[in-house]
Amino acid sequence: MLQAKINQLLTEPACAHNHHHGDKKNRSCSQQAKPGAAQGGCAFDGASITLVPITDAAHLVHGPIACAGNSWGTRGSLSSGPLLFKTGFTTDLSEQDIIFGGEKRLYQAIKEIAQNHRPAAIFVYCTCVPALTGEDVEAVCQTAREKLGLPVIPVLAPGFVGSKNLGNRLAGEALLDYVIGTGEPPTVGQFAINLIGEYNIAGELWDVLPLFAQLGIQVLAKMTGDARYEEITYAHRAHLNLVICAKALLNVARKMQERYGIPYIECSFYGIRDMNDCLRQIARHFQSEELTAKVEALIAAETQKLEQELAPYRAKLQGKRVVLYTGGVKSWSVISAAQDLGIKVVATSTRKSTAEDKARIKELLGEDGIMMEGEGAQALLDVIQRTKADMLIAGGRNQYTALKAKIPFLDINQERHIGYAGYKGMVTLARELTNAMYSPIWRQIRQPAPWEVDYE
Amino acid sequence: MSKVVTTVKPVATNPLKLSQPLGASLAFLGIKGAIPLLHGSQGCTAFAKVMLVRHFRESVPLATTALTEVSTILGGEENIKKSIEVLLEKAKPQLIGLCSTALSEVRGEDVAGILKTCNFPIPVLYVSTPDFCGSLSDGYSRVVEAIVKTLPQAGALNPRQVTLLLGSDLTPGEVADLKQLVAAMGLTPIAIPDLSTSMDGHLADSYQGVSTGGVTVEEIQQAGRSAFVLAIGETMRQAAKLWQERFQVPYALFAGVTGLEATDRLIHCLMTWSGNTVPELYRWQRRQLLDALLDTHFYITGKRIALALEPNQLSVMSHFLAGMGAEIQVAVSPTRTPQLEHIPAATVIVGDLGDLQAHGAGADLLITSSRGVPIAKALGIPLLRMGFPIFDRLGNGLRSYVGYRGTMQLLFDISNLFLEAEGH
Repeated sequence: MLQAKINQLLTEPACAHNHHHGDKKNRSCSQQAKPGAAQGGCAFDGASITLVPITDAAHLVHGPIACAGNSWGTRGSLSSGPLLFKTGFTTDLSEQDIIFGGEKRLYQAIKEIAQNHRPAAIFVYCTCVPALTGEDVEAVCQTAREKLGLPVIPVLAPGFVGSKNLGNRLAGEALLDYVIGTGEPPTVGQFAINLIGEYNIAGELWDVLPLFAQLGIQVLAKMTGDARYEEITYAHRAHLNLVICAKALLNVARKMQERYGIPYIECSFYGIRDMNDCLRQIARHFQSEELTAKVEALIAAETQKLEQELAPYRAKLQGKRVVLYTGGVKSWSVISAAQDLGIKVVATSTRKSTAEDKARIKELLGEDGIMMEGEGAQALLDVIQRTKADMLIAGGRNQYTALKAKIPFLDINQERHIGYAGYKGMVTLARELTNAMYSPIWRQIRQPAPWEVDYE
Repeated sequence: MSKVVTTVKPVATNPLKLSQPLGASLAFLGIKGAIPLLHGSQGCTAFAKVMLVRHFRESVPLATTALTEVSTILGGEENIKKSIEVLLEKAKPQLIGLCSTALSEVRGEDVAGILKTCNFPIPVLYVSTPDFCGSLSDGYSRVVEAIVKTLPQAGALNPRQVTLLLGSDLTPGEVADLKQLVAAMGLTPIAIPDLSTSMDGHLADSYQGVSTGGVTVEEIQQAGRSAFVLAIGETMRQAAKLWQERFQVPYALFAGVTGLEATDRLIHCLMTWSGNTVPELYRWQRRQLLDALLDTHFYITGKRIALALEPNQLSVMSHFLAGMGAEIQVAVSPTRTPQLEHIPAATVIVGDLGDLQAHGAGADLLITSSRGVPIAKALGIPLLRMGFPIFDRLGNGLRSYVGYRGTMQLLFDISNLFLEAEGH
């Protein structure tokens, strides 16, 4: 059952990764981890990234301690209300449980969480060990659902089935199978949309939601940043899905189109051009003159405000050279944000980028732009040196690669504490880039020690 | 003797326990040119790596054998061999530390058997560290035991050379302080493992895919000639015994070196062993500590303290604080060890941070990792961050609470928290 689902997700027809490879097995979402490397997260990791931001649900990790013990409470997704999602729950399987089976323990755990924490729902993550020993996690969840009268959702994404990306999709399947379509919204406005693949990292969603509110666009469900469980149950009543900056959850968008006739568009909230483009796409979709006028007015006002606010930063950032090292869609969406500030992106990674992404990158970078496949830290440092880059923009995992090479660095990934989305985020981005690049420490750090200089 | 309660419950709420492979990786990082290799799925490595990077704010070399569903079922032999080949070529390590995980253990992989069929140009040290038993300090101790069993080589004893077997509680800064003290007493220390020059936070000259400092494999081999072994941490007892059996040299074991009396005992031991007298620097530090004890006792005596730490550190801190006149309201440990029975606490629980929250109400101070922050907020109690992980404070690598000077620092840190809470 699981294998069939995985094959289906790896050949997701809506994903452009799959269009240009035919039957070849080198599609980037089905690429397997390489022995001897330090790879990214596993499928379980990806599944929890996607679902844990649902704030009023309990997230129970069924497995030995490493899966939950080494990971709970580390994500930067923020809540405007309930904090239950920040609590780490695990069955913490012992040797005994593995020998005799952990199903009873799992049921007891679900029951105890239901009684003590009164969650809106419980997501149960099946990790490698119970998957290997063949526990029927789905059956336990079903029994619990019936006996406790509470949504108990099995998430079948054990780490060894694949990458973080596949885990995102498997989590999406759990939402499609058990959550979406099980509730009804209190009201549905004229322009109701869902956000898919936006996790409210560092609260950046809160810089974007006011824009939608101002335009009279109702955000029905957020998947899953700062979401309440209930809003996802009625996501099927939206008129349009926005897939934000992520190919990973395209399976959710496509299947919602099939099942409920909801069309979807792909958007990015990073950069002025992309944010404008996103709002215009929505207006075009609804074909409302009133909405279009409102969008244009908003863009004009925000652009004017930004011109003033960004002017001092632009003066300092103009012509600076940066290397971008991040995955997937961000590789082009952040390019446009950087270019909006007058920065020259000299190289970018194309890990996890689709052929479509790559074409866009080429167009944005021009002829001299370097596209790197994920070759590791040493290759990255070589590119920085060769291009005489002033700065590296990347995920936290590469932070120390840059800093140890005495190169200014800006963190763009999910563990950060600063939001860069929307128009507001653009000012933040400009400020952070300027601070990092112009810190007086760089001069001090690059100076040799007195005993390394030849005093005459 | 205190009553140790193991809470019987099906679900751990806000786990305190960390996995054995994480602890094992930490120990391997104290060897120069080493790279830990976790035999499991890619996530096992990714999670451990993120934890270590966030705690130390350093780049951390850590590799995976990348087990998939298929290789788990059919056996991971090829994955192990391939991983080691790739690492030998790419990272050029001096040592590879291969650790099992729950996944490879449940599958029942005979890793030791597989390694026997291979011939690698560098030591590949295997440790069995399933996630389903033990915690961070257990995985760490297993690595030290594996090192002791295999790497040190016998030779003519060097009467001035001391092997330090250092437990997982010790920060890189603490390891540095201990080495300095031993050296100041006229002895040559070899620390196993030595985090003081690898995870301390230093700028290396060029990029490396392996640990950039620590004790070298050659130094560990040389350590077989030490005339004496100093083990710090109850978790090092087994390693110290193994050493004694292999090389017939005596060892002294100290659970910890925090507090006036504990430091006095260590220095006295070093005096006896070296025949040297105590340098003026440490005499002066002792006078400073005496003064600090006087200054701080107003704030600490009579305070109720709730702690959740790995067993050895829990025991050391509880004894130290009780020795300052504080009352240990509750002590929570992730695993059960004989040490827990001697903790001077009203309640000792084998459990999680949920237990700390349930039994910590009404305490004056909480001591645990950064994961205690929400509990401290909920209960309105100040928190002293200790243990692992600490991700919302800088300088974890260099902090030291051992020796006269480190004890002073601890007393000031605790007292300052009380002063702040009282609103002075």
